[in-house]
Amino acid sequence: MMTGKITFSLNGKDVVAEPGETIWQAAKRVGTDIPHLCWKDATGYRADGNCRACMVEIDGERTLAASCIRTPTEGMVVKSESERAKKSRDMVFELLMADQPAKEDAHDAVSSFWSWADAMGVDASRFPQRSAPAPDSSHPAMRVNLDACIHCNLCVRACREVQVNDVIGMAGRGAEEKIVFDFDDPMGQSTCVACGECVQACPTGALMPASIVDEAGRGARTSDAEVNSVCPYCGVGCQITYKLRDGEIAWVEGRGGPANENRLCVKGRFGFDYVSSPERLTKPLIRKEGVAKSAHPDMDPTKPLDNFREASWEEALDLAANGLKAVRDGEGKGKGRKALAGFGSAKCSNEEAYIFQKLVRTGFGSNNVDHCTRLCHASSVAALMETIGSGAVTAPFNAVKDSDVIIVIGANPTGNHPVAATYFKQAAKRGAKLILMDPRGHDLSKHATHMLQFKPGGDVSMLNAMMNVIVEEELYDKQYIQAHTDGFEKLKVHLADYTPEKMSEICGIEPDVLRDVARTYARAEAAIIFWGMGVSQHVHGTDNARCLISLALMCGQTGRKGTGLHPLRGQNNVQGASDAGLIPMVFPDYAKVGDSQNLNKFEDLWQTKLDPEPGLTVVEIMDAVHEGDITGMYVLGENPAMSDPDAGHAREALAKLDHLVVQDIFLTETAMFADVILPATAWPEKDGTVSNTNRTVQMGRKALDAPGDARPDWWITQELAKRIGLDWSYEGPADIFAEMKLAMPSLDNITWERLMVESGVTYPCLGPDQPGEDIVFGDRFPTADGTGKFVPAEVIPPDEQPDEDYPFVLTTGRQLEHWHTGSMTRRASTLDAIEPAPTAQLSPADMKRFGLEAGDFVRVETRRGTIELAARPTGGIPEGVVFLPFAYVEAAANLLTNPVLDPFGKIPEFKFCAARVEPLKVTEAAE
Amino acid sequence: MNKHQPSSDFKPIRPGRGTGGKRKPRGFPKGRQVDPAALEEVQALLGGREVQRDHLIEYLHLIQDKYGHLSAAHMAALGSHMRIPMAEVYEVATFYDHFDVVKEGEEAPAEVTIRVCDSLSCALAGAEDLIADLKQKAGKDVRVLHAPCMGRCHCAPAAAVGKNYMDHVTTESLLQAAESRDVKPHMPNYQSLEAYKAEGGYGVLETCRTGDKTPDGVIEELLEAGLRGLGGAGFPSGQKWKFVRMEQGPRYMCINGDEGEPGTFKDRHYLETKPHQFLEGMLIGAWAVEAKRVYIYMRDEYPTVLKILADEITAIEEAGIVEPGYVELRRGAGAYICGEESAMIESIEGKRGLPRHRPPFVAKVGVFGKPTLVHNVETVYWMPEILAKGAEWFASQGKEGHKGARSYSVSGRVKNPGVVLAPAGITVNELINDYCGGMLDGHSFKGYLPGGASGGILPASKGDVPLDFGGPLTELGCLVGSHAVVVMSDKDDMRDAALNLLHFFEDESCGQCTPCRVGCEKATKIMTGGDWDQELLTELSGAMMDASICGLGQAAPNPILTVMKYFPEEFK
Repeated sequence: MMTGKITFSLNGKDVVAEPGETIWQAAKRVGTDIPHLCWKDATGYRADGNCRACMVEIDGERTLAASCIRTPTEGMVVKSESERAKKSRDMVFELLMADQPAKEDAHDAVSSFWSWADAMGVDASRFPQRSAPAPDSSHPAMRVNLDACIHCNLCVRACREVQVNDVIGMAGRGAEEKIVFDFDDPMGQSTCVACGECVQACPTGALMPASIVDEAGRGARTSDAEVNSVCPYCGVGCQITYKLRDGEIAWVEGRGGPANENRLCVKGRFGFDYVSSPERLTKPLIRKEGVAKSAHPDMDPTKPLDNFREASWEEALDLAANGLKAVRDGEGKGKGRKALAGFGSAKCSNEEAYIFQKLVRTGFGSNNVDHCTRLCHASSVAALMETIGSGAVTAPFNAVKDSDVIIVIGANPTGNHPVAATYFKQAAKRGAKLILMDPRGHDLSKHATHMLQFKPGGDVSMLNAMMNVIVEEELYDKQYIQAHTDGFEKLKVHLADYTPEKMSEICGIEPDVLRDVARTYARAEAAIIFWGMGVSQHVHGTDNARCLISLALMCGQTGRKGTGLHPLRGQNNVQGASDAGLIPMVFPDYAKVGDSQNLNKFEDLWQTKLDPEPGLTVVEIMDAVHEGDITGMYVLGENPAMSDPDAGHAREALAKLDHLVVQDIFLTETAMFADVILPATAWPEKDGTVSNTNRTVQMGRKALDAPGDARPDWWITQELAKRIGLDWSYEGPADIFAEMKLAMPSLDNITWERLMVESGVTYPCLGPDQPGEDIVFGDRFPTADGTGKFVPAEVIPPDEQPDEDYPFVLTTGRQLEHWHTGSMTRRASTLDAIEPAPTAQLSPADMKRFGLEAGDFVRVETRRGTIELAARPTGGIPEGVVFLPFAYVEAAANLLTNPVLDPFGKIPEFKFCAARVEPLKVTEAAE
Repeated sequence: MNKHQPSSDFKPIRPGRGTGGKRKPRGFPKGRQVDPAALEEVQALLGGREVQRDHLIEYLHLIQDKYGHLSAAHMAALGSHMRIPMAEVYEVATFYDHFDVVKEGEEAPAEVTIRVCDSLSCALAGAEDLIADLKQKAGKDVRVLHAPCMGRCHCAPAAAVGKNYMDHVTTESLLQAAESRDVKPHMPNYQSLEAYKAEGGYGVLETCRTGDKTPDGVIEELLEAGLRGLGGAGFPSGQKWKFVRMEQGPRYMCINGDEGEPGTFKDRHYLETKPHQFLEGMLIGAWAVEAKRVYIYMRDEYPTVLKILADEITAIEEAGIVEPGYVELRRGAGAYICGEESAMIESIEGKRGLPRHRPPFVAKVGVFGKPTLVHNVETVYWMPEILAKGAEWFASQGKEGHKGARSYSVSGRVKNPGVVLAPAGITVNELINDYCGGMLDGHSFKGYLPGGASGGILPASKGDVPLDFGGPLTELGCLVGSHAVVVMSDKDDMRDAALNLLHFFEDESCGQCTPCRVGCEKATKIMTGGDWDQELLTELSGAMMDASICGLGQAAPNPILTVMKYFPEEFK
């Protein structure tokens, strides 16, 4: 019970404990550090009181008490320094030490165990040793040496309660007790997803990052330096600490950022050695004379010098700039300012995104600038802008802590937003209702209270039916609708036709289930909706998002604690890059380019004439290249040869360009088409800010020197700018950030200096000393009249329906281990080791029908292309559906996808096209 | 080798990245996959019942009973069906002795299992030699295991062939039973519902329910009678009811039938003779605290009792004495620690039996986090009789300064061992001579365990100490606990006895806290061979008593300390 403060006596002095505080915590606060092992003083870890290293004496009690788990009562007399308490603690350490490997052979010589033992002066044990369990080195990223295990179960809590990955258990009993993975399987063969939380929690070194343990199992968590930064992978934006040794990242730990509270996933913890890949580009490269551009370049990415020659920065930049200038300044078809386009990157910093779009707008002279936001949430942003006037989330994903109903639709967060998923799983464990809606069952389904596996493409029918129920049964929030919305009556009329019975046929969900879920959502105290690309990547992606927004608005499930609308943003900085203006139709902060006020503002700020017409989007640009209207491009960190739909078509376009400048860290599939390749820095090699899915702007810091002659992206962009006639003289990211603040009111009260200190601040932020608003639009929406708009959505079927020739539905996405087109992750040794090759996920029933065994090869074909890859039986995949991850160049899923666009968001339908799946002919077993 | 390979003429648009050469794709998602056939088998066993997380142990029993072991495939299927992690199934399955976990590639256990009790009374009766002999003579279809106390100490040596628990066993009797597959429990004769009702049974419950008795009145009567918790803690029962009644409902009641303290067999005695008197007492307790439901946690070593209770609960349901489903019988699975009330509650919740930290006490936060009244079997057994005959009837049965009668389980070197109903405060000398026919011929009284494995060991010279809670016994560093008295003679080595008890604690420690898990293991190692490092053992004992979470670890050093203190001559 949270009553008032409590005064108790600790070693003869009065101490006031905060409500709920334990003796250990209160003692620590007043400067008395009591030894501890199984207690981890970190967010999310409950005390377990099992190791008995923190025993204290309490007057009037027969036995000692574990201070980590015991809360003081008024007037309690506690002695942590009594002889009896000390002797008991010493004995605990001596008992445990008996079975530890000798200190000189320690797996972690500076572990919590050894540090405390040293501090307490326990240096030897008089007890006989037990026989040591064998080491387990089956996992590429972690070493398991249970001879050092003290059975404190921190790893169990880490795995089951903090990350809710549910792999680690404490099996057996008594002295036979043992930490196990699943059924005492080798870690590498278990269901472990390698989040590494257990490694971070282990107080003895029984679980260690493999990177800092030698062959004999010896190691220590010692580093030369630590640098705090942000993870470069997904939009969750986990804060991390690089632990450096000899100028390299030795290992990575999770840091207490607002989004992740020390948690990480496999990519953020073990996915960093791509930076030291021998394939890194270290010198500017110029295409060799006579190397023709073909839509099918046969290049070895490990040998760039077969097709390119090294050049000085001067030469390469001049060549790059002159090529762009030649297009811009020429005349006729394929010339002029609109014949240039730029793809920026959501993997670069805000500052880099900002100057990139500024370069295109002020240097190229058009708005032909876009980036991969087009491929992920363009439709969501279109719908959000149209209805509530803001494209960002209304609440952070961490708001689920206060939700009693959670809808996750068209998203696979355990794979794609793993740390966000931990919060969803925790909420479900706490008893919140977790409603999953997805044609594919996935790992989160295990935690769901409701699993609606609707027919692919059936989203709008399902959501409209739910709203129909809410209207019919008058479950909507009349007051909220009246005060905060517009257009409800029209929507009501529209919805009348969408009865659960009728829609059930389209979406495949039983009417009763639709009713139940509708009621559950509408009646919730606090309900929140998350969606991913299963919603957005459709021709009806914008309609899907409109439905979700209408659902939230009619039930008043936004703007309060535990409520909201949250499109889970994909890339680490897709939010920031979009905010910074890497979008063809808007200037920074979503200022429409056609609006004269905006035009004036930015012409004023940038001191140049701007194009009042919106530019072309990603897929449109590729089409314009085919048409011969665009002939020159500058691509920074994007990989359209892998990420664009109908990638064969995109590759043909890239091959067709007169001049292509690619700036990247590897010879990507896109760089293979380049005339000039500019070697850039990887994320740990530069400073810069990024904005995560929660709208938190976070500071990324330089930890490593760039290899060879590689340079920061902002520097390269500025050098190009100078060479095409722009008078730029930014001295670094801080300088650029300062200018961004002039362009972007969203950054009010957020300064570079503040971010250096606080590491992260959420926008909007109402004052320099305010933490930032995590939940927004409680009082009004940023629309002209302050209301949220209902926009009715009709059922539009997916563009390409399965037929006799192509009977399967092909859907694409990501895997936990591989990021986007795989350029980084497939060069990260751990990630590559876990998922080394492409697989097509098929339902076990289809596998059986085809006579396929796990790992057998299949051919997947659509009207646009063919690939061959191994098949993987996957429980959640419905019959007639094949899922392909798109990270693998050797079986590039996007060669197959349909480039047809959503009319509003201009996002391609990656999530649905017709395909044929065939088992490959039986061949003699290869050697 | 996979049948299907990439076609030789197919060339990807571009070669793969230099990621260290061609690698084999992973054919399966991570980790063990659920085998559809095993899933079907598990679902068939569960027979469409709604999955309850707290029934995990019951489901494991279903599989173990049917297949003789728990295969990895079945456990994975069960986890998937219950939507709980594999690790959760595994850690529970491996915590309890009566589950045989068999992983892929491992051999299933032999068809028949003989468990031979090796706890003190049976050890005195030659269990070790018996086991060695059995192992030599048993065929391939028979597995011989050591097992802890089976609650048949007065009939030592005891053993079980399957679920057939046998007394005074020999190699021959056991192998004969194994061979003839005599593996089912042999049911005793016990008092039926009819017979119990005929002697006025369930009458007290009726008077409670009709309002003739009030909870407060009953509490007063029990306090006056001096009825105390007979599982070993001796807490005044009426007081316990008061505490539970103070808490906000819903409240639950749990009966602790995990009679595992070596030397103890009184609960089994009452359940195998008069189960309805126990059930009535239980229902009176449930009435008093307005329990929403009653759980009876019965140890798996008592298959006869499990059967009796299952049948008789049905009988009283059919007789309208309780609502169907109100009393839920739960079966333990071989873990002494589940006799600790909070560990028992964890086990009822379907988890490993780890004792909880206190505070909060189970009266406040018990099963499913709700206030819970926990009673030992014998404690409630006396309630109908006390309430029928009056507090004075019970209280007056004790010796001067002691209240009530007690059921002493006497075993060891006496002529007539068994359950002895005697006045509270009786001495061991009186028990031996007045109730048990004296010492066995050729044995002279040397020492005794006043309260099972946890209660310490006293020499014959302390044979006139009253055996009751607290008092002089406590001053000697001993406990009466569950009133299990094991009598030893000049033929017995006290160091061996202490080592036997420490082995027991080592096996039965739940493993949760360091002092108990590591302490028992190290103490056993130090004591093995007889050359004890007494100084180190004393230091270790202090830490175990001070810093262990529950009574097991806190009491485990009692035999060590008392043997060193009272039998110094053994070390000469």
